Amino acid sequence: MSSHAITADHEAHGHGHHDPNLQHHFAEMGQQFECSKIGMWLFLATEVLLFGGLFVGYGLMQGQHPEAFKSAHHHLDWRMGALNTIVLLISSFTMVMAVWSAQTNNQKALIRNLILTIGCACTFMVVKYFEYSHKYHEGLLPGAFYSYTGPHQNAEFVFFSFYFMMTGLHGIHVTAGIVVLCYLLYRAKQGAYNSSYYTPIDLTGLYWHLVDLIWIYLFPLFYLIS
Amino acid sequence: MANATSTHTHTGTSQPQLNYLTENTSLKDWLTTIDHKRLGLMYLAAVMAFFFVGGALALLLRLELLTPKQDFMDSATYNKVFTLHGAIMVFLFIIPSVPAALGNFVLPLMLGAKDVAFPRLNLASFYVYCLGAIMALAAIIGGGVDTGWTFYTPYSTTTDGPVGLMAMAVFVLGFSSIFTGINFVATVHKLRAPGMGWFQLPLFVWGIYATALIQVLATPVLGITAVLMVMERAFHIGIFDARLGGDPVLFQHFFWFYSHPAVYIMILPGMAIISEIIPVFSKKTVFGYRAIGFSSVSIAFIGFLVWGHHMFTSGQSDLASAIFAFLTYLVAIPSGIKIWNWLATMYQGSIEMRTPMLYAMSFLLLFAIGGLTGLYLGAISVDIHLHDTYFVVAHFHYVMMGGTVIAFLGGIHYWWPKMFGKMYNEKLADIACWIIFIGFNVTFLNQFMMGSQGMPRRYWTYLDEFQRYHIGSTIGSWILGFGLVMAAGVLLSSLRKKEYDAGDNPWGSRTMEWETISPPITHNFEGQPVLRHGPYDFRVEPTPATVAGGRH
Repeated sequence: MSSHAITADHEAHGHGHHDPNLQHHFAEMGQQFECSKIGMWLFLATEVLLFGGLFVGYGLMQGQHPEAFKSAHHHLDWRMGALNTIVLLISSFTMVMAVWSAQTNNQKALIRNLILTIGCACTFMVVKYFEYSHKYHEGLLPGAFYSYTGPHQNAEFVFFSFYFMMTGLHGIHVTAGIVVLCYLLYRAKQGAYNSSYYTPIDLTGLYWHLVDLIWIYLFPLFYLIS
Repeated sequence: MANATSTHTHTGTSQPQLNYLTENTSLKDWLTTIDHKRLGLMYLAAVMAFFFVGGALALLLRLELLTPKQDFMDSATYNKVFTLHGAIMVFLFIIPSVPAALGNFVLPLMLGAKDVAFPRLNLASFYVYCLGAIMALAAIIGGGVDTGWTFYTPYSTTTDGPVGLMAMAVFVLGFSSIFTGINFVATVHKLRAPGMGWFQLPLFVWGIYATALIQVLATPVLGITAVLMVMERAFHIGIFDARLGGDPVLFQHFFWFYSHPAVYIMILPGMAIISEIIPVFSKKTVFGYRAIGFSSVSIAFIGFLVWGHHMFTSGQSDLASAIFAFLTYLVAIPSGIKIWNWLATMYQGSIEMRTPMLYAMSFLLLFAIGGLTGLYLGAISVDIHLHDTYFVVAHFHYVMMGGTVIAFLGGIHYWWPKMFGKMYNEKLADIACWIIFIGFNVTFLNQFMMGSQGMPRRYWTYLDEFQRYHIGSTIGSWILGFGLVMAAGVLLSSLRKKEYDAGDNPWGSRTMEWETISPPITHNFEGQPVLRHGPYDFRVEPTPATVAGGRH
């Protein structure tokens, strides 16, 4: 790879027909793409560890108060959680289709799939909004706002602290995903992506799958304890 | 050698070629630069400013400790000053010091690359660092923090003062560190010069690579810990509060899961610098190249598994403590491997005692003391006696200051001629190094003594019997402070020279950063350099700067 990289570099600069998306310090597009991919995977590793701390904390607390966690989860509606799981799974599929559309130069499908993905993400947040407002009325918001009185109220308190920290952090990631996807949609409408340059779509796809994957772990942990 | 130097100096000065310092010099060009060399210098200036602030705080602490009575600080102020000293030195100085300042400057040059993999992310990392620094300064101005740099709960969640702001500053600084780490890993993987395989990398790159992996994998855990602690303060979410069903020891686990690997974020780059300096000034191929490279990676790996040795007295199970103690002994092995390899490199080499080598020698002695005393602390029964005493303080200062800071200074002296093209007064620099070495030992050997006799850390007062050690330690701190100021003066006064007099390769090194002119041009090299010899191959002549890759 390297020996052909060096010639590619000088040819490209010398004769001025290199891709406008190629940054000055890379020899060729393939190298730039692989580099971005490594960067994205490392970023995803940091995300896994960021959530990892919360998952470990949840596991420890659940081990200390198993009964309370069990009774606390009855305040959550598993049907809402399941609906959101399905919505996110569909969005992951449309995201894959968006990457594929960019790879095959299908502009129309690219834009359609990005819109569908954004739509699913927004649906997820709307469902989450209804769930959160339900908790608000029951007095189950975390910390100082917690006003629920019932059996196991202390340990249920910790359950809801984790619930809001983890789904809240996840919600922030979904929202960030929506912002990035909207930017991609805006650029895609300008025709910025094609089969030779689709790095941003591909990387956002990786991020989106991770957000989806984290939810797939959150759903059984909070909604389906038994 | 001398001959080679003079010819390069000649070619460097006879053609007035623009370099990265002289091309586009407006303030806006500097503030929006994506050139890794300029960002390295900006980081260097920033971390050195914080080193100065943290050092001044340390001198104040030592001055207060001159007598057991209250001299000019009350106990509350003392608590704030040692917290700020620790937090500034750890988060604003040591962690970004070698990777972000020297690593940014040197790493792409060593690989023969034009820049790091993500130059804009690199710039973002610098501004995120600045934002974190401003938040930390705001916390200091807003009353200061008295928790110690470890922010242990429940004290940190109940004490007054801007602890939340300080914790968020740490969170933000963590992002800066992660960005740098991601950048370096991707750069090492994808931007090596043609012909440069993993085992032709300079050992500095191996060290920085291992560091970057820890930065990427450990820092997020600190981030989430800081966030949970802030939420605890703000909303009483109870995760670290036993009264609400949580667990305060969980905080300690989370904190040390980051902060012990962070110790290796601090020391690995120091070791990486020493691995460059020793072969160059011994004029001999490094002994055990693979052993040094792999020991960096294994320190990074085992370093993740030893955090519990900070918690022998926190009530974790005896079995857990025993396992952590065993793993702590294990992590000492790769450090020992490095020391023996450095010594074997010098054996029968033709050693030249130039300034960087003098710092490397100081490092070997001081780090050996710091590392070996770490084993005492890793032994459970001994640790019960020494826990939270000045012995611990002396131990980690021998590693962090005697190890990392001395290596950092050695690295600055080693790459200074490349960075600025100007040579400092070596005689004065050597004297400064000796003063630092003596001052350091006077300061901290005394602390080993009093710590082993039971002087606890973090107290503004003490029993009279410890005063003679405290007086010695305070006098040592003045010598150390003077030495550091002198070293800075010697370096900075070299910048007043009108000519680039250092030469392209003043030390006769064989790594690629010396195959461009000093200071380097903006794009680092004329064309793409190709690996012609190994990084420590002193059998061949160094590749001269002007022919690297040829001109267009």
